[in-house]
Amino acid sequence: MNDADKKRLLREMIFYRRFEDRTFEAYMERKIGGFLHLYSGQEAVATGVLEKAVVGQGEKNDYVITGYRDHIHAIKTGAQPREVMAELFGKETGSSRGRGGSMHIFDASQNFMGGYALVGQPFPLAAGLAMAAKHKGTDQIAICFLGDGANNQGTFHETMNMAKIWNLPVLFVCENNGYAIGTHINRSTAEPDQYKRVAAYKMEASQHDGMDIEIVMEAAEKAIDFVRSGKGPYFIEFMTYRFRGHSMSDAKGYRSREEEAEWEKRDPIKIFSKHLIDAGTVSEKEIKTWEKEIDEDMENNIIKFAEESPEPKVEDLHKYVLDDNPDPRWIGPLQKN
Amino acid sequence: MAEIAYWEAIRRAHDEEMANDKMVIAMGEDIGVAGGTYKATAGLYEKYGEQRIIDTPISENSYTGIGIGASMAGMRPIIEIMSINFALLALDTLINAAAKIRYMSGGQISCPIVMRTPGGTAHQLAAQHSARLARMFMSTSGLRVVTPRGPLDAYGMLKSAVRCNDPVIIIEHEQMYNIKEDIPEEEFFRPLEGAEIVREGSDVTLIGYNFSVHLCLQAALRLEADGISAEVLDLRSLKPLDRESIRKSVEKTHRVVIAEEDEAPVGVGAEIIATVNEECFYALDSQPVRVHAADVPVPYNHTLEKAAIPDVDDVYQGALKALGKI
Repeated sequence: MNDADKKRLLREMIFYRRFEDRTFEAYMERKIGGFLHLYSGQEAVATGVLEKAVVGQGEKNDYVITGYRDHIHAIKTGAQPREVMAELFGKETGSSRGRGGSMHIFDASQNFMGGYALVGQPFPLAAGLAMAAKHKGTDQIAICFLGDGANNQGTFHETMNMAKIWNLPVLFVCENNGYAIGTHINRSTAEPDQYKRVAAYKMEASQHDGMDIEIVMEAAEKAIDFVRSGKGPYFIEFMTYRFRGHSMSDAKGYRSREEEAEWEKRDPIKIFSKHLIDAGTVSEKEIKTWEKEIDEDMENNIIKFAEESPEPKVEDLHKYVLDDNPDPRWIGPLQKN
Repeated sequence: MAEIAYWEAIRRAHDEEMANDKMVIAMGEDIGVAGGTYKATAGLYEKYGEQRIIDTPISENSYTGIGIGASMAGMRPIIEIMSINFALLALDTLINAAAKIRYMSGGQISCPIVMRTPGGTAHQLAAQHSARLARMFMSTSGLRVVTPRGPLDAYGMLKSAVRCNDPVIIIEHEQMYNIKEDIPEEEFFRPLEGAEIVREGSDVTLIGYNFSVHLCLQAALRLEADGISAEVLDLRSLKPLDRESIRKSVEKTHRVVIAEEDEAPVGVGAEIIATVNEECFYALDSQPVRVHAADVPVPYNHTLEKAAIPDVDDVYQGALKALGKI
């Protein structure tokens, strides 16, 4: 990877952190409702994995799907940040037209197939997307990002089994942040090493540091090559940490400040910044300039767009439940005799 | 025209739709090598291969989810659930995903799956193989729910369901797979919406769906022998419901019986009576009558099972009640 790409990636991660921080502020200002799950701390995983996938190229993209902590996965796949922000603000210009909110970002034009609130649900949906890609004969793959907590759902076991017996081109990315909502993995899961759990399904798997984006990219590239070459599914686990609570109403009483401080030393942005500064690729001054540019873009473009966009119309309440323009040959009305 | 059994009609629809569009696949337990529990896919594994007639493990929630995921990327899966009781395992992917994805995504992504499943009592299958559950699917926004009463609809509605862009649940019935009917030999489609008058009458309306349409038709014959003219309305589609056809029939006969094989509380009958009240309350000459199953898990014992499940005589008695004769 050349220096320009490394700098771009660091800037992206700084942008993602700032995006999530800004949604937190908007939530406190009551501009954003519902639940809000922030990705701060885990940026190296989605950024690094998707850097090695086909993203940002519209319908040629790989299929990407995840849980409810989905803003950054959507943006890295190709969704426009201001449309994601408008979605959080519940606006008609949002990526899901204000019908989904934070947990349900969709951008079909970029094959970002959604964020889901049922933690184990994206497993089978991802396998289905992979089945479709295989059936159509494209070389697309499906990439499913989920947390360690999702692996205690039945869909995990059912889907790993079927993905393997049908040799589906799907990459399961486990973002192991150590907590299933507020329960530590050692208290919820008999086998804390998640990658070992798919051995029962004879699936290729590996475990890596999820805080160093260069390690993430190297591991992801191998896994993606494996899947794309038709060798079947792959399960990749990254050890990471979310710096904020599970959602907004989380006092984090289940973990110690010492533990948090230890992980914050391994902040993925700090690690990558230090690496690039030490190598002379980027200067601290340049990073400061980026931060200023990002703040300006956030306020003058992203937040402004979200604030000024219209609400959905109440008369459109029933739109999108079923096909709004169905073919009468299949739907009716029934010819009366 | 050719006489064809209900299961053969389903098989023919699968065959034609799979020949027409290679994005159509079928998935389910024992549907391929074994040919299908009710033979609905017999011979198709040999014709279309294991990539399109997919034998699944016994993992209802996830294979339904895989079908849904495939549908989000342009495929048209026909998902067979061996018994509607097992569909309970698939409710998360069906109701939390398939029924909501179109809405949650602001109309960007459709889930054009078909889920076929027999729902009803047969012969002493006991509580865990006798669920009906139509009422549960009927109450879910984002789904279509249809109940073909015979081969004509079993064939024509399955073909429409495959081509429709919405998730469609087709509720079949163990006791209907061998029902025979003459249907055209050339290709045709039957729309997914719209109730149908299957027997004209003027004194009382008997409303049925799925297997209970046949109970209504037989009860109408007994009523005819008594000099009573019963109209039989097959709902065909439980969601959306054809409120106008219900209103028109009740305005004509002024008396109504709804026959459901399920238990009554919060059921199809309750919804139909609410519809009658909202649409044409003042057309009624007598209070509506619900004929329904006893509110118990279905018993194994033959005598108890018979007592729990409505039959032709129950519908007949219900009609007499609506007519003020008992």
